[in-house]
Amino acid sequence: MAYSDKVLDHYENPRNVGTLDKNDPNVGTGMVGAPACGDVMKLMIKVNDAGIIEDAKFKTYGCGSAIASSSLVTEWLKGKTVDEAYAIKNSAIAEELALPPVKIHCSVLAEDAIKAAVADIKAKQLAKASA
Amino acid sequence: MSATIEMPVVKDTFNADGHAHDAQPIYLDYSATTPVDPRVAAKMIPYITEHFGNPASRSHPYGWTAEKAVENAREEVAKLVGADPREIVWTSGATESNNLAIKGAANFYSGKGKHIITVATEHKAVIDAVRELERQGFEATYLQPEPNGLLDLTKFKAAIRPDTVLASVMFVNNEIGVIQDITAIGNICRENGIIFHVDAAQATGKVDIDLEVLPVDLMSFCAHKTYGPKGIGALYVRRKPRIRIEAQMHGGGHERGMRSGTLATHQIVGMGEAFRIAREEMHEENKRITHLRDKLLHGLETMEEVYVNGDLEHRVPHNLNISFNYVEGESLIMAVKGIAVSSGSACTSASLEPSYVLRALGRSDELAHSSIRFSIGRFTTEEDVDYTIKLMRSKIDKLRDLSPLWEMFKDGIDLSKVQWASH
Repeated sequence: MAYSDKVLDHYENPRNVGTLDKNDPNVGTGMVGAPACGDVMKLMIKVNDAGIIEDAKFKTYGCGSAIASSSLVTEWLKGKTVDEAYAIKNSAIAEELALPPVKIHCSVLAEDAIKAAVADIKAKQLAKASA
Repeated sequence: MSATIEMPVVKDTFNADGHAHDAQPIYLDYSATTPVDPRVAAKMIPYITEHFGNPASRSHPYGWTAEKAVENAREEVAKLVGADPREIVWTSGATESNNLAIKGAANFYSGKGKHIITVATEHKAVIDAVRELERQGFEATYLQPEPNGLLDLTKFKAAIRPDTVLASVMFVNNEIGVIQDITAIGNICRENGIIFHVDAAQATGKVDIDLEVLPVDLMSFCAHKTYGPKGIGALYVRRKPRIRIEAQMHGGGHERGMRSGTLATHQIVGMGEAFRIAREEMHEENKRITHLRDKLLHGLETMEEVYVNGDLEHRVPHNLNISFNYVEGESLIMAVKGIAVSSGSACTSASLEPSYVLRALGRSDELAHSSIRFSIGRFTTEEDVDYTIKLMRSKIDKLRDLSPLWEMFKDGIDLSKVQWASH
């Protein structure tokens, strides 16, 4: 399959690979996908008290497009508010990486991962507020 | 002689990262196809230019020369498999041979019964031909193999019905290289009056085939997995006892009416020469390939969480299918551009289903998605294997560092108990 240079770049030099402390109350984790489908993405975001994403890390089991999509969103997330992050659309990811049609699901998965991570941090914040 | 033959491509070096610049990767996909042996190509060329006659032309030397070449080739193909040349029918390849054998025999003998037995791990050319017969009113049983890829004979026996007319079992599996017990299965078929077809596309030049003693009625062959050209194959149709098939291609009545169409003389000459070389060199060649396979296996199996797919004992040495747990197959293939291999992961296609063959062995989804098929052959060298081991080990380490599944495994999490957010 012919990949775009951007996919290849993210695949060869993935940004922000790693893990944050999932027990940190300021860290939200989103894990989406399934081994049965051939891709699993784990995205972690660290949000400061102003609601700004300070750090983002990922790990992905999946094809080159899945790795590139998750690597790209970690770059996009830093500096955004959680609400801005929540608004990121898979079509923007697919467009940026010039994903072929059969790989669109990789960008969908990356969007899902953002939404799951944001939901997790919001749930944590809610728990903290009610505590 | 074989020692002086080199793969007919320019081999360039790759940098330590395994990336090709303008170079061709090392070819380790011999089960997909093989290069044409230069000796085969040399033999074919005069039949494209000088000896271009139609082998069916009876009235002049152009035709006679072509016919003689075709019959010599037929003899060579027959010799490799212990058949009579009159039992060899030329086709365009194993897909056509499988279709002709399965549909041809099922249609001819449909009065005797309309049940067919085959195996879930057969090539699609067999599975889909049987499915087509199901649409025409036949019934079919697709047997599941054991986890090692081999067929349990008691399960085969149990599937036989009074109306079973045909069974089709492949000799050597294309994905995992396992060798089925064709003699035992054939004997069961004989005892039950069932016509037995064997897809031997991956078997020629790798295992001994002697149709004089093998209880097989129909056997499919092709040239391009055995260093011959693409687009040519053959079907063995037993004469004693005589097996009849209905033609699927109608026309000039070539090949005793079983397969019409002008014979592709140069292709046929290539297949004959390829099979002659296989007959003369396969035993020496297989020793060398076994040595290379063992070296590759040892170099890879010493990593953590590495699983060989398919039985290692009942297997051709040319094939090594390995799952590198927690690393997805397509991303692995992207990482190892210095070698040309194939993956059982379906991420390269529109479907998200991994290899149906590995799934039939009962492999978990993640193992099926994490598989790589290495297939080695005539032109593979020690250096190729050394390079492959080094490349694989470094890239697997890199991709596992990226893998959340690997991280979970290392944390002692049982992945089968995780509730996945499927998409």
